[in-house]
Amino acid sequence: MTQRIRRLGPPLLLLAPSLVLVGVFVYGLIGANFAKSVTDDHSAATANGVEPTSVVWFQNYTTLLKSEEFQHSLINLVLFTVVFLLGTLVIGFVWAWLLDKPIRGEGFFRSVYLFPMAVSFIASGVVWRWLLNSTQGEGASGLNRLFQMVGLDFLQNNWWNNVTFGILAITIPAIWQLSGYVMALFLAGFRGIPDELREAGRMDGASEWQVYRHVLFPQLTPIMLSALIIIGHMSLKSFDLIMSISKPANYQTKVPAVDMYLAKSSFDYANAAAIGTILLVIVALVIVPYLVKTNRQEK
Amino acid sequence: MATVATPVPAPDVAGRPTDLRPDRGRSRYSTARTLRYVALLAGIVVVLVPVYVLFVTSFKGTGDASPTRAWNLPQVWTMQNWQDAWTALSPALWRTFEVVIPASIISAVLGSMNGFVLSRWGFRGANTVFAIILFGMFIPYQAVMIPLLQIFLDAGIPNGVPSLILLHIIYGIPITTLIFRNYYQTIPHELVEAARVDGAGMLRTYAWVILPISVPSFVVVLIWQFTNAWNDFLFAVFFSNNQNGPITLALNNLANGAMLQNYGVSMAGALFASLPTLLVYILLGKYFVGGLMSGSVKG
Repeated sequence: MTQRIRRLGPPLLLLAPSLVLVGVFVYGLIGANFAKSVTDDHSAATANGVEPTSVVWFQNYTTLLKSEEFQHSLINLVLFTVVFLLGTLVIGFVWAWLLDKPIRGEGFFRSVYLFPMAVSFIASGVVWRWLLNSTQGEGASGLNRLFQMVGLDFLQNNWWNNVTFGILAITIPAIWQLSGYVMALFLAGFRGIPDELREAGRMDGASEWQVYRHVLFPQLTPIMLSALIIIGHMSLKSFDLIMSISKPANYQTKVPAVDMYLAKSSFDYANAAAIGTILLVIVALVIVPYLVKTNRQEK
Repeated sequence: MATVATPVPAPDVAGRPTDLRPDRGRSRYSTARTLRYVALLAGIVVVLVPVYVLFVTSFKGTGDASPTRAWNLPQVWTMQNWQDAWTALSPALWRTFEVVIPASIISAVLGSMNGFVLSRWGFRGANTVFAIILFGMFIPYQAVMIPLLQIFLDAGIPNGVPSLILLHIIYGIPITTLIFRNYYQTIPHELVEAARVDGAGMLRTYAWVILPISVPSFVVVLIWQFTNAWNDFLFAVFFSNNQNGPITLALNNLANGAMLQNYGVSMAGALFASLPTLLVYILLGKYFVGGLMSGSVKG
């Protein structure tokens, strides 16, 4: 027994603060949040305890999921995520591929492509708000003005003010910001492939393209999966960029994270909690299988 | 790239394939290289367009307000926007340092202890414990936000700097643990075993063997946490206000709060808000990329 304590004691001692914090603030609060989401705590009066609350079970969830407003947010989230993923993966991959073989100035290209990662969405949102200004014609500035200047007037559009696809305008800054990250991932992938593999491909008489197509690209599948998971879960949590480019109450660009903020701001804690839980479920559907898979691989 | 199928090059004496088509080969090679440069430079232009806009607009005065001059250089370069932005943002700038510095240091220390225990002082179930901690990295914080606000209120933790320090420590644990664990896994087992044989306990092994070789990963983790906490907006918006909040919140209020949009001031502000993380990126880019990689490629 004492030996057990001596063996397990110190590791537990070092881990304890973190385990307690993560236990309470991640798992405990997820539970507390769920408990809140099944009540009728919808107003300042109930939030402050002036009026009592009661349990309404899944009523908040069904009301939310049936409401046209929230469905719009979910559709926006899907559209945003699909385009964001496609954009960053394609651009990031192409950049990495272009930089794979030795080229002068590689460090410069890498640094510039990656720098937007160091900037906050709030700061980049300031300039993208200007670039994506929806005014067209004479009063146009931003990208619409640029299109006029280069004679591509037909490309002018109202960006994030479009009701159906406005959310896609927000993917442009998102892709701008994270393509460099995906490039860095893929580039690390390319560099991690042993040279012998390329040599072997060339020895077999494969052209450069064939070496890439049949030898190198398949090696990058795990990287692509990582990139999908990372960008995907970032995308599902998108909030900052939308808050800084369009107004939070802006219907066109609403996503669940914004709804949650609006609900909280109007003291509708039950619905805010319910939206939080819905987001968690969506993210967990993506993340848990990934964590289980990587955990298994390491054993 | 070389997409055209090429004849198999004849092997030379040593059995290596050599390019026996000097003229055609060389010209094709350089065409491909030129195309690569063109594509890479096009990427640079696209990435830098927002930077040009930010920079130029931040020096523009009222004389340049016309949308027809949106993309031009300032007629008169003025520092007025920078002065106004500094007046509006400098208190928040210092507060952000107050949040970010202690938060990064403490979460790095916790992550280092966890990483060591989980990777090099193995015990049964270490992988499961790691997965449990890691999950905290992926959750959307919306799913804990409502009870989190309540706990902080009940515990009497003041909004603003104190709340934000605690939050960045708690929710930084998963990623810092991940980075340190991945790093420590590359340390040879013998190092820890040798200390064990010499009779050193776990704490002493950690302090005398592990910590001294952890400097590079401390730099990586500190940079990662610094950047993340600096750029955070979600916790800022729920746990602080314009009077006690960090730079992202102040910038967003500056840019989106006023009825009259003054893009010159908000763009100067966006540059201010980004300077610290950009400086870190420029000066310590290698470690920055290191954080990105270790935070992702391996789960």
